[in-house]
Amino acid sequence: MTTRSLSATELASRRAPAFGGLNAIALSIEIRRLLRNRRTLIFTMIMPSIFFLLFGLNSAYANDSNGKGAYGNVSAFVLISMALYGATLATTSGGAMVSIERAAGWSRQLRLTPLASPAYVGLKMLTSLVLGLGSVAAVFIVGGVTGKPSMPVWLWVVSALCVWVGSLVFAAFGLFLGYLLPTENVMQFLGFIMMLFSFGGGVFIPLSQYPHVLRDIAEYTPLYGLNQLVHAPLLNSGVDIAWVGNAIAWLIIFTAGAAWRFRKDTARV
Amino acid sequence: MTQSVNGLPPAIELRGIHKRFGQVHAVRGIDLQISSGEIVAFLGPNGAGKTSTIDVILGLSHPSEGSVSVYGMEPRQAISRGLISAVMQTGGLLKDLTVGETLQYTASLFTNTQPVAEVMKRAGISELADRKVGKCSGGEQQRLRFAMALLSDPELLILDEPTTGMDVEGRRGFWTAIRQDAELGRTVLFATHYLEEADSYADRVILIRRGEIVADGTSAQIKAMAAGRTVRATLPGADEAKLHEIPGVERVEVRGDTVLLHAIDSDAVARYLLTSTPAKDLEITTRALEDAFIALTSDESDSATAGALQ
Repeated sequence: MTTRSLSATELASRRAPAFGGLNAIALSIEIRRLLRNRRTLIFTMIMPSIFFLLFGLNSAYANDSNGKGAYGNVSAFVLISMALYGATLATTSGGAMVSIERAAGWSRQLRLTPLASPAYVGLKMLTSLVLGLGSVAAVFIVGGVTGKPSMPVWLWVVSALCVWVGSLVFAAFGLFLGYLLPTENVMQFLGFIMMLFSFGGGVFIPLSQYPHVLRDIAEYTPLYGLNQLVHAPLLNSGVDIAWVGNAIAWLIIFTAGAAWRFRKDTARV
Repeated sequence: MTQSVNGLPPAIELRGIHKRFGQVHAVRGIDLQISSGEIVAFLGPNGAGKTSTIDVILGLSHPSEGSVSVYGMEPRQAISRGLISAVMQTGGLLKDLTVGETLQYTASLFTNTQPVAEVMKRAGISELADRKVGKCSGGEQQRLRFAMALLSDPELLILDEPTTGMDVEGRRGFWTAIRQDAELGRTVLFATHYLEEADSYADRVILIRRGEIVADGTSAQIKAMAAGRTVRATLPGADEAKLHEIPGVERVEVRGDTVLLHAIDSDAVARYLLTSTPAKDLEITTRALEDAFIALTSDESDSATAGALQ
């Protein structure tokens, strides 16, 4: 055994990690945690796939065209909707995991390591995106296997990408909830609210079927803009500036909310 | 103990630290310097301000007043360089990870780390690598926290009441691991409310009461404060200066007609009082180490001391 004696050179040789401590090993352990959580897998991959099987294969409308100038059939439209539902639920769940980690004192423990706060948030975002990708892939694979959705190959790719990237908005929402709610029950609350947002955004039922007043309100809910945007390539309808405005406004609201709660959280202890 | 070693900044330097939580004034002006290589105990009852002070040293909270530096840096900088580690009382673990994963995860956040297998061996948890953290006992979880703290090979290790809630066996095992580690020359600061722990494991003991340092010295010095006996007598018009001259008297208190003389050789003091002064109603009382600690650190210091003496 050698006895240490601290020297000035040794003190100076100590360095802080790059990227605030963000690294692949931590990310891979985070992903392993997600995959181990059966509840998360059921809600973010199996449920949206079952929803597609329930609503996307109905022979009454599944093979109908999406209209003049649009690509594909209604089954493909439903496929994209359910992938959006799954991916946003997945990224919200990923972000909301901070709630459980705060309750366990893990986020406090991490403050005793070089992991910088933005790097921790980045790690949660990346983990969320991996889960979101898993959800999109699950729904698209199930859809592909049924052979019912019909659209050009490039639209499968572009639509999946749009859904995945768009779901990042809800990783911010998840972080907001995670820092807002101290409870371990955050997941139940989140399942309920994402269901509401999905109805509000017209993910489950087209907004054209809603009464007028409800429809006006629905257009301000957080999933409305994203839902329109991810279907835009399929419908070949162009992009309405209001959809982009809706998505960006909610991204700003969720990010600001998360940042606000995050500051309160780190100042408190 | 106040000068720096090898021209290095002190491991910890606190200047005029105050910490308030709303109406509660938890830390009331702590000045403290700890050099490299010292093993220091923060001894005090619950609510004395030990944890609040440690949180400030670790950068987990900002002091309401005063300045803190660790190896001449801000706490956060020292942590990001892996210079300080801490073992906290409770929490801080994810139940759904295994012991091995928790250590790999933590290790991945530092630039230079000890091998995971090595710290597990040193913390005595080598056989637990694949066990879920949620399935570990309190003592095993605490040794995992210790292993996590060792990963960055820190210069300064801070332990906040590390054995709270452990059984005797767990406490012994934990301290054996800490002691072996401290022999390598690491600077250690630990908070405890067990006098015995401070006595057995620290070179220097700092007594804290109500957010202030009430005593700071070697374990032997702190013990000496408590050793000996107190002679109490009624002596109207006592001459305090003269009483100080009695051989062996360490402390003199005059309260009206009553005098309290603290001394190692109480017999000599009694003999002197009875033969050379008009003192009467003599009483001699012993103060146990535990009593001294309570007297020094309890909130009702004066009345507790008086109580112990009667």
